[in-house]
Amino acid sequence: MKALISVTITAVLYEAIARSGWFAAALVPTLPTVARTLWTMLADGTMAGHAINTLWRVFSGLGLAALTGLVLGFLMARYRPVERFFLPLVSALMPIPSLAWAPVFILWFGLGNTATVLVVFYAASFPMVINTWTGARAVNPLWLRAAGAMGAGGAAMFWKVVVPGASPFIITGLRLAFQRAWIAVVGAEMLAASAFGLGWVIFDAKEFLNADIMLASLAVIGLIGFVFERLVFGSLERGTVLRWGMVRTAKA
Amino acid sequence: MIEIRNVTLEYATTNGKVLAVEDASFAAAQSEFVCLVGPSGCGKTTLLNMIAGFFAPTQGEIRIGGRPVNGQGLDRGIVFQDFAQLFPWRTALGNVAFGLEMKGVGKAERERVALEQLRLVKLEKFADAYPHHLSGGMQQRVAIARALAYNPSVLLMDEPFAALDALTRDEMQRLLAEVWRETRKTVVYVTHNVAEAVYLADRVIVMTPHPGRIKAVVPVRLPRPRDSLSVEFLEHQKELLRHLTQKEEER
Repeated sequence: MKALISVTITAVLYEAIARSGWFAAALVPTLPTVARTLWTMLADGTMAGHAINTLWRVFSGLGLAALTGLVLGFLMARYRPVERFFLPLVSALMPIPSLAWAPVFILWFGLGNTATVLVVFYAASFPMVINTWTGARAVNPLWLRAAGAMGAGGAAMFWKVVVPGASPFIITGLRLAFQRAWIAVVGAEMLAASAFGLGWVIFDAKEFLNADIMLASLAVIGLIGFVFERLVFGSLERGTVLRWGMVRTAKA
Repeated sequence: MIEIRNVTLEYATTNGKVLAVEDASFAAAQSEFVCLVGPSGCGKTTLLNMIAGFFAPTQGEIRIGGRPVNGQGLDRGIVFQDFAQLFPWRTALGNVAFGLEMKGVGKAERERVALEQLRLVKLEKFADAYPHHLSGGMQQRVAIARALAYNPSVLLMDEPFAALDALTRDEMQRLLAEVWRETRKTVVYVTHNVAEAVYLADRVIVMTPHPGRIKAVVPVRLPRPRDSLSVEFLEHQKELLRHLTQKEEER
C-alpha cells in the first residue's frame, strides 16, 4: 500500500514535468504515450521477443555462474590448496566491473550471445563463489559430528548435511547473483547484442529519439527483475530456509 | 560392555602440553548406566568424545564389546548438550530416520522405526514438526530418539539436559530413566550435576581437573524410581560432593 503511494506520487511528478513544456515532447514523453507504446510492443510480440532473448542470456550466464560458483565454493571450503589457489584470483577479479570486460569479450568472440553471456557469467559468479565458500565453512560442526556418528561420510555427508547446512548462504548468493546478472545483461546487450534484447532496444531507440520505447523497455526490465526477485527467489527462500527456521522473518 | 584401559589424552597448546585425561580406567557392564561427574576441565567430555571415536587417546585403549574403538561407529549413539544438534532442514521424523537412511534401510521401514522411537520419547504427535517449532526439551527428546533409532548398543550423552530449565530437566530425567529401562542400553552420561548423577546412575565416576583424573567410583544401589528427597539419596549426593571438593592429599 505504501509502495503504491510512493509510486503514484513519483508518476504524478514525472507527468507534471512531461506536460510542463520545458522539454521537447519526444524526449520526455508523457506516461500515456509510454503506456501506448508499451501496449503496442506487447501486443505485436516484439517486447516478448526482446524479453525472451534477454532472459535466455541471463539464465545461461546465471546457470553457468551458479554451477561454477557452487563447485568452486565447495572445493575451496573443503580443500586448503584449492582455497589458497583461487582466493587471490577471486579477490583480484571481483572488483573489476563485468561491463569492463565487454569490449574484451567482443574482441575475442565477436558481437552476439557469447560475449553477452560471458559478461553475465562474470557478474554472477562472484556472489555464488563467495557465498558457497562461506556457507560451507559456516555449517554447524555439531551437525557434522552427529551425522558422522550415524555413519554418514563422503557423498552422503556432502549432499545430506553440508549442502542443506549451507543453503541459507547459497540461496542468498543466488539472489545476489541474479541481481548482478540482470543489471549486467542489459548493459552487455547495449554493447554486444546485435538485434534483440531489452538492453539493445534501449540503445537502438536512442538513434531514433524514441524516448517512449526506451522508457517502455525500462519498465519491462524493472518489472521482470522485480517478479524474479520477489516471486522466484522469495518463494525459494520461503519454501526452504525460512520454513526450516534457519533464517527468520523480520519482526513487525 | 565398554572397557577403558589406562587412557591418557595429551594435547599441545601454545603454553606447552596439557593433560586433558590422565590414566583413566573403568568398565561399564552391558546395560549399565554410568555417569561421569566433575567440574569443567576435568576431562569428562574429552573422555566421552574418545569413546565416541571423535579422536583417539594418546595412550591406552578403549574397547566396546571386545573390539577396539577406531573412529565413529554405528554401535554408539550420541546426544549432545546443544539443541542445535538436530538438522533444521529435517522434520523430527526425518532426523530420527537419518541413521537408518545411512544404513541403507528402505523408506517405509525406517519411517516405521523412527515413529516407534518418537513414541518412546512421547513425541509421535510431532513427527512432522521441524526442530525450530519444538521446545528445547522436545528437541533433546528427538535427539535421544535419533541416537537410539539405528539400535546402537551404547548410548553416549554429553550433558543433554544442562541447558534446560529445572522443571523440564526433572521431567527429562524421569523420561530417560524410563527409556533406559525399556531399551536396556549401556549408557555413559556426562554431567556436572551431582543430583542428576545419583538419580540416573548405577555407578558414578567422579573426575577432578588439572590433570583430568578419575578420583573415585561410587556405586548407587538405590531402587528405582528414585526419590530425590530420601535420606539415602541425599547421602549419596553428599558423598559425591565430598569427593569433588576434597583436596587431593598426595599433591
